[in-house]
Amino acid sequence: MNCEIREEGGVSVVALSGDVDLESSPTVRTALLDCVGKQQAVVVDLSGVSYIDSSGVASLVEAYQNARKSETSFALADVSQAAMRVLELARLDKVFTIHDSLVDGLKNAG
Amino acid sequence: MADLAKHRRSLHADGDADLEGEPIVQVKIASRPDELRLVRSTVSQAAVVCGCSEECVQDIVIAVDEACQNVIKHAYGGDPSGELVIDIRRDGDRIAINIVDFAPPVDESTVKPRALDELRPGGLGTHFIAECMDDARFRSPPAGAGNRLWMIKRIK
Repeated sequence: MNCEIREEGGVSVVALSGDVDLESSPTVRTALLDCVGKQQAVVVDLSGVSYIDSSGVASLVEAYQNARKSETSFALADVSQAAMRVLELARLDKVFTIHDSLVDGLKNAG
Repeated sequence: MADLAKHRRSLHADGDADLEGEPIVQVKIASRPDELRLVRSTVSQAAVVCGCSEECVQDIVIAVDEACQNVIKHAYGGDPSGELVIDIRRDGDRIAINIVDFAPPVDESTVKPRALDELRPGGLGTHFIAECMDDARFRSPPAGAGNRLWMIKRIK
């Protein structure tokens, strides 16, 4: 799993790739909560995610809830088919703001 | 390898009908999160061998991964010294998976999918298993084991 964090125009972009599983999700959770804690918009790029499990989804949900509390924008972008299947199973595809591409996510962040 | 052979005999020995079927693969892992990648890879290849579609393979991998996580986190309570045996068989047009652990028996009444209308982190694993498989339930474990989760998925 790789978790890359960068800033683009005042937006934190968290790009995840590989398997987000029980072993790697604590790293993802910390990264997401740190970014949300900066109180600037966050876009999570899931294009490279080959697998995500319930612990990875839980990290996304926790970050989303923290963002809502602090009235910070939090969105997913370019969600891979594997990740979308799991979000659909959790009925979270209708909860998260999901953009088709990272470009769209950045345009609409804030 | 000797231990694996012992577990293989144990899984056959109880004579339970739901262990019938053509053995595809059996793998034993330690109760550690870093072992789950091997499980996913093995299960994925076994499902392909059984003729499952890409979507069917994906669902089986999700269910087995979540079931193994439950064993690691809850049955063993995070103790990395435990063991799990994952046994995969083809039974006609179905794929049958048994996950055996050697932890203390779990209280089945505590293993339930949670309602999804409440947005909160965690508690999704059992829901994923129920959604991805056609049936999943605890069955009598082989002698010396703690728990056996039996799961079935129609091959499509």
